Amino acid sequence: MSASLLLDQVTMRFGGLVAVSGLDFIVNHGEMVGLIGPNGAGKTTVFNVITGVYKPTSGTVSLGDRVLNGLPAHRITRHGIARTFQNIRLFGSLSVFDNVRCAMIPGLRHGVTSALTRGPAHSREESRLRGEILELLAIFDMSGAADSPAEGLAYGDRRRLEIVRALATRPRLLLLDEPAAGMNPTEKSQLIELIRFIQKKFDIAVLLVEHDMKVVMGVCQRIVVLDYGKKIAEGTPEEIRRNPLVIEAYLGGEVADA
Amino acid sequence: MDWGNFAQQLVNGLSLGAIYALIALGYTMVYGVLRFINFAHGDVFMIGAFAGLYINRWLKPFFTGLPEALSTAVVLLLSMGACACLGVLIEKLAYKPLRNRSRLTVLITAIGVSLFLSYSAQLIFGAAPKGFPNLFNSTTHDLPGGASATTEQFVVLGVTVLLLAALRWIVLGTRMGLAMRALSNNPAAASLMGVNTDAVISFTFALGSALAAAAGIFFAMLYQAIDPFMGILPGIKAFVAAVLGGIGSLPGAALGGVLIGLIETLVVGYSQDIGIPSGYRDAVAFVLLILILLFKPAGLLGKSEREKV
Amino acid sequence: MRPALSHLLLLGGLGLSAVLQIVSPQLDDYAVNILILAGINIILAVSLNLVNGHTGQFSLGHAGFMAAGAYASSLVTLASGPLASGGDPVVKNAVFLGALLAGGGFAALCGFLVGVPSLRLRGDYLAIVTLGFGEIIRVVLQNTDAVGGARGLEGIPALTNLFWTFGIATVTIYTVACLVNSTYGRGFIAVRDDEIAAEAMGISTTRYKVSAFVVGAFFAGLAGGLFAHYISFIAPETFNFLKSVDVVVMVILGGMGSTPGVVAAAILLTLLNEILRDFEQYRMIVFSLLLIILMIARPQGLLGNFRKKRKGTS
Repeated sequence: MSASLLLDQVTMRFGGLVAVSGLDFIVNHGEMVGLIGPNGAGKTTVFNVITGVYKPTSGTVSLGDRVLNGLPAHRITRHGIARTFQNIRLFGSLSVFDNVRCAMIPGLRHGVTSALTRGPAHSREESRLRGEILELLAIFDMSGAADSPAEGLAYGDRRRLEIVRALATRPRLLLLDEPAAGMNPTEKSQLIELIRFIQKKFDIAVLLVEHDMKVVMGVCQRIVVLDYGKKIAEGTPEEIRRNPLVIEAYLGGEVADA
Repeated sequence: MDWGNFAQQLVNGLSLGAIYALIALGYTMVYGVLRFINFAHGDVFMIGAFAGLYINRWLKPFFTGLPEALSTAVVLLLSMGACACLGVLIEKLAYKPLRNRSRLTVLITAIGVSLFLSYSAQLIFGAAPKGFPNLFNSTTHDLPGGASATTEQFVVLGVTVLLLAALRWIVLGTRMGLAMRALSNNPAAASLMGVNTDAVISFTFALGSALAAAAGIFFAMLYQAIDPFMGILPGIKAFVAAVLGGIGSLPGAALGGVLIGLIETLVVGYSQDIGIPSGYRDAVAFVLLILILLFKPAGLLGKSEREKV
Repeated sequence: MRPALSHLLLLGGLGLSAVLQIVSPQLDDYAVNILILAGINIILAVSLNLVNGHTGQFSLGHAGFMAAGAYASSLVTLASGPLASGGDPVVKNAVFLGALLAGGGFAALCGFLVGVPSLRLRGDYLAIVTLGFGEIIRVVLQNTDAVGGARGLEGIPALTNLFWTFGIATVTIYTVACLVNSTYGRGFIAVRDDEIAAEAMGISTTRYKVSAFVVGAFFAGLAGGLFAHYISFIAPETFNFLKSVDVVVMVILGGMGSTPGVVAAAILLTLLNEILRDFEQYRMIVFSLLLIILMIARPQGLLGNFRKKRKGTS
């Protein structure tokens, strides 16, 4: 299978600050890739460039044979890239059900006119979507909370809902931005299981930004290491663990211990 | 081209611009420390003009024998003081309970405060425009190049320069100014460093309101009539000036004010030549605002802010 | 809202409007006057609520769109001369409907023109820019002799009645409720809650914002047309900034994003306006204090579900 996501010489500058410089990497179909690096290494910026929040200063981001850079964020999502956010961004005033429902909007066959005329086609589509949403919520054990407001959920559930919502856009590639942040060890092991499960069940590629080495090493087949916006290493978890450059970047810390 | 007329337009535009600049500074300072548009600022400007009118009326008996420069200064300073108190009061009563609420909640409150001040003034002072007395003997002075300027225009420009210099000293040379800059730079860090946030915010409102009061009196001196709704348009135009200069930037607000004053005066002065009827005077600032926000949202001297994702 | 139910409500509302019209000769003029003003205010408030409440954009220019609709529809009826003021009720009402739609359409066009450049602005800036657009519309009207300049237009045929007012109010409520309570319409609320997350869900925030502005302006234009053909006289000053504030107060009082709340607030404020008519100079002082107290004590409105938004982190 050919490359799913391809970053070719991607550079992102903010004024004088170079946040990402000349970055290359690929994520193949169905692969689980980790993107790690010390604080401020530019990981989230990479996510923002891939998902169209920022437009890269130079370089190319493509998915399959489609060039993505320059497209607005919602177009990129429609091409098959979904994401979660480091600081959870749910639609707080909407219910859990409606949060997932929003992800179904781009796939609507009947839009405004049907919402206004409320004919049979509209009812059929709304009940089909309802079925799909409930099914998805059931897979993630969230059916019980379907009607609760997203704002009132417990922290772990909010993270999970964000992932469910992202999956509802039917992505080929899922970007997870520090999904383990703020979780205790039990929750983290559950998260590892969850990510593996998602990858198999939905047959998608996952790109994971994460600080917790246990999670990254436990999930990813391949890891890309960033430091000061540059790629300093790439390889299997084993290779990364032994790479002297990586150990130095982390001040001989976590990587070796994990 | 008639250079005499052009020079005259420049003189008129500059004195109007000085007034906008003084109001704009208040918008930009409050925006700097609290990140919201103090919609009621234009009404403080209006109250400043009324304060000048009444203070002058009450103190008239004591002014006999005093030099006009001194009596004018007394009226100006007392009005500025009154409005400084008003500004602090507004902040304490209406805005302080809303710290950390959404900007829109605060904006709506500010609109409420603005309407409250306008209509209370209408109730107290009446809806009809009131004449504003001459605070000093005025003559018209000929300038080189065929233009002329009134004594009022000289006073407006001169005192504005003085006030700007004083403001510069306060912001750059005093501890309070340092605290203001710290707060507008990073509120959380400033408060961790021991900056008394509430005191700085009160001081900022006092300072901005005092400048608005001065602008109100200058406006009244130049146009010689004041009414309860006089603050709305100059207020919004001064806001446009603050945005033009880059909101949060003090030199930007001063520059923006002068530019808006000049542009408005020139558009009206040359309305026939450029094909824009002079009736469009009040639309000029809005068109400018829309253009700035579309093409240079950070303004001339401002820094752009980016939402963190 | 289920399809059958929403259709029933639509038909019920139209039926009720017709009944009101039939019994109107029995009502006294004062009651009819209040009913018509309340109906117009309902249209204004519910349509502004789509923009300010559901979509979370803060528009302060609703009076401008109302003016656009009022002038455009009046020009149509004035131009059609005896057709609009003649004896044949069918022709008269057909011309009126056409004029109203023309007014709504023109206002919608203005809404589009305002919406597109305003997209790049957030919150308080958007508020000031929409205020500016409203004022620009007013200044343009004031300086256009063809529409009477500052003197305004007079002699507009009085065609507005209870049927048209409440019929259009029903359609407005139906449209906004159906839009918002569909999967498509959840997008409006998604845009309000978090634009960046909405984009990440594949939602075009641009399209939603412009749609909200266009639909909101369309109904404001209809309300303007109804108003003009009720009072028979309009001037640019009728549609100043304070008129926009009036509508904003209704939306806030009712609770941004709550259609029943906003309808109730529109009726309440219309009544309050009438009661305070003899105390005109106190009216706005009461309103402004109400606004301030509401923001401090109950920002979600009296009946609303507007969520307190956390301050943006920087």
